[in-house]
Amino acid sequence: MSAAAEVIRVRVPARSWRSEARAMKIVWRRELIRFASDRMRIVTSLVQPLLFLFVLGSGLQTLSSAGTHGVDLKTFIYPGILCISVLFTAMFSAASIVWDREFGFLREMMVAPVRRSSIVIGKCLGGATVASFQGVIVLAMAGAVHVPYDPVLILGVFVLQLLLAFTITAFGVMVAVRIKQMQSFMGVMQMIVMPMFFLSGALYPVSGLPGWLAVLNRLDPLTYAVDPMRRLVFSHLDISAAARRTLDPGVTWWGWHLPAVFEAGVIVALGLVMLAIAIWEFSASE
Amino acid sequence: MPPPSSPAPPPAIEVLDLTKSFGDVDAVRGVSLAVAPGEVFGFLGPNGAGKSTTINMLCTLVKPTTGSARVAGHDVARERDDVRRHIGLVFQDPTLDGYLTAEQNLRLHAELYGIDPAVIPARMRQMLEMVDLWDRRASPVMTFSGGMRRRLEIARGLMHSPRVLFLDVPTIGLDPQTRSSIWRYIRALQQSEETTIFMTTHYMDEAEFCDRIAIMDCGEIVVLDTPEALKASVGADRVTISTADDEAALAALTAQFAIEASVSEGAVTFFVESGESFVPRLFAELGVPITAVSVSRPTLDDVFMTYTGSTIRDAESSGGSERNRMTMRVMSGARR
Repeated sequence: MSAAAEVIRVRVPARSWRSEARAMKIVWRRELIRFASDRMRIVTSLVQPLLFLFVLGSGLQTLSSAGTHGVDLKTFIYPGILCISVLFTAMFSAASIVWDREFGFLREMMVAPVRRSSIVIGKCLGGATVASFQGVIVLAMAGAVHVPYDPVLILGVFVLQLLLAFTITAFGVMVAVRIKQMQSFMGVMQMIVMPMFFLSGALYPVSGLPGWLAVLNRLDPLTYAVDPMRRLVFSHLDISAAARRTLDPGVTWWGWHLPAVFEAGVIVALGLVMLAIAIWEFSASE
Repeated sequence: MPPPSSPAPPPAIEVLDLTKSFGDVDAVRGVSLAVAPGEVFGFLGPNGAGKSTTINMLCTLVKPTTGSARVAGHDVARERDDVRRHIGLVFQDPTLDGYLTAEQNLRLHAELYGIDPAVIPARMRQMLEMVDLWDRRASPVMTFSGGMRRRLEIARGLMHSPRVLFLDVPTIGLDPQTRSSIWRYIRALQQSEETTIFMTTHYMDEAEFCDRIAIMDCGEIVVLDTPEALKASVGADRVTISTADDEAALAALTAQFAIEASVSEGAVTFFVESGESFVPRLFAELGVPITAVSVSRPTLDDVFMTYTGSTIRDAESSGGSERNRMTMRVMSGARR
């Protein structure tokens, strides 16, 4: 240890808002590194959305053509697919908290001189980023389902995906903080993600549903992402007024048609509430 | 002219009547100790003695129920972040990110602790060279062996020049060669950076390296002193005999010499003032055939056994040893 004659000493500065911002950035960046190094994941998380879009969409086309007023079924379910591609990836991002706990790395972050809230926020931003990236891949397929590449449309879809991805990651983290094993998390996710997807109206118009389904649909957070997404896409389609009425009826609360901006607000509000719960849970865990 | 007298430096760790209860279970019942800056402090005890809970309280992961503790001059309950800035941790279970390279793991740590980016590369190189991992810096950690990972954890724990380094059984499950090299790093670092080291271990030969040792049992510190003083406190020599009939030998020892012996690891073991001169008498008067005998000066193993009623090996293999430990305690009770 003769080299130790000149020890390079370092100093750990006191905590400040800058150190918190830095911690968020570190957690966010790690999420991106992990995502980029796992190319299998990018491919596998595309499988499900594409199955729904092209296989289910093409397969049911003959059955549904009478009801869609000439609109391709793939075009109709495309906005829903834009949402679920984000849903699956964001959930998977949140799962890494369980993973990190199982493999011990979480502890390294728990003992660092940073607030737990910075870790959670960094995680949610990281999940939102990678999920939006995944969403952009699906967005790029718009031409294949007769949706035009319009700058306003692309930007709008991207913003909605970003909001949804953040909310879903916050929701996933909220669940993941309580779970100690990856296997149980996967089970819980299956139990939550599939019902959320099927109840959201991603695959059917939400007007004229049976009473019980209408109630469940209005309680599903994903509904408030699918609907504005569909309105945005349909506003750029050249279709008959009848088709528009049937396929894009909008979500109502006791007869009141929710404006798209209000729906986006619901997503943001839910996201912030779940983020707050996730932070509170994470800070309380020892 | 005499130099101006500088006040004694404050302790690196100062614990006062610390307790922790989980529901009805009192895991830690009133621990008090002080560790001086630069000291290597060993923390020993059977499994379930409360060592890990105590360490977790000192490194702010668990909130104390009552009592107080200051680490690097800051209160562990009220100034958590200040404590965290000044401590390094190497846990029993790995906490590295296997997907990242050795270098990425250290960099992430350095950034998380807010170290000046300008000094990170040099500091990182120094730490990796110290643990002989500089050549492997670009390899993902998942390709590392257990010993390499542990060395990397130590390098990472030291990245931010902590005032106190907590090592929870740092060499468990490693081969003797790796163990001794890890000790070399610990010693070198302690000299070059005056880092205080607070460690738990299951290896008695490692405990010898410590400046002072505390032995914990059932949530309390039963004894705290230097290894030499502890060995002296046991005083007597350890005599181990193998006999044809251990039960008869135990009875004969009690009857002939008024010695309470116990059977430990398949041999009759007891303590007497001067072992060498006792052995001839033993052969002449015991009346039970003896096949082998050994006499040894007290070791830390004996110290551990005296104060906790179990050997460190018994303590290490948890669960099944509980009954064994209870009987041993009853037997050694007379000697306390």
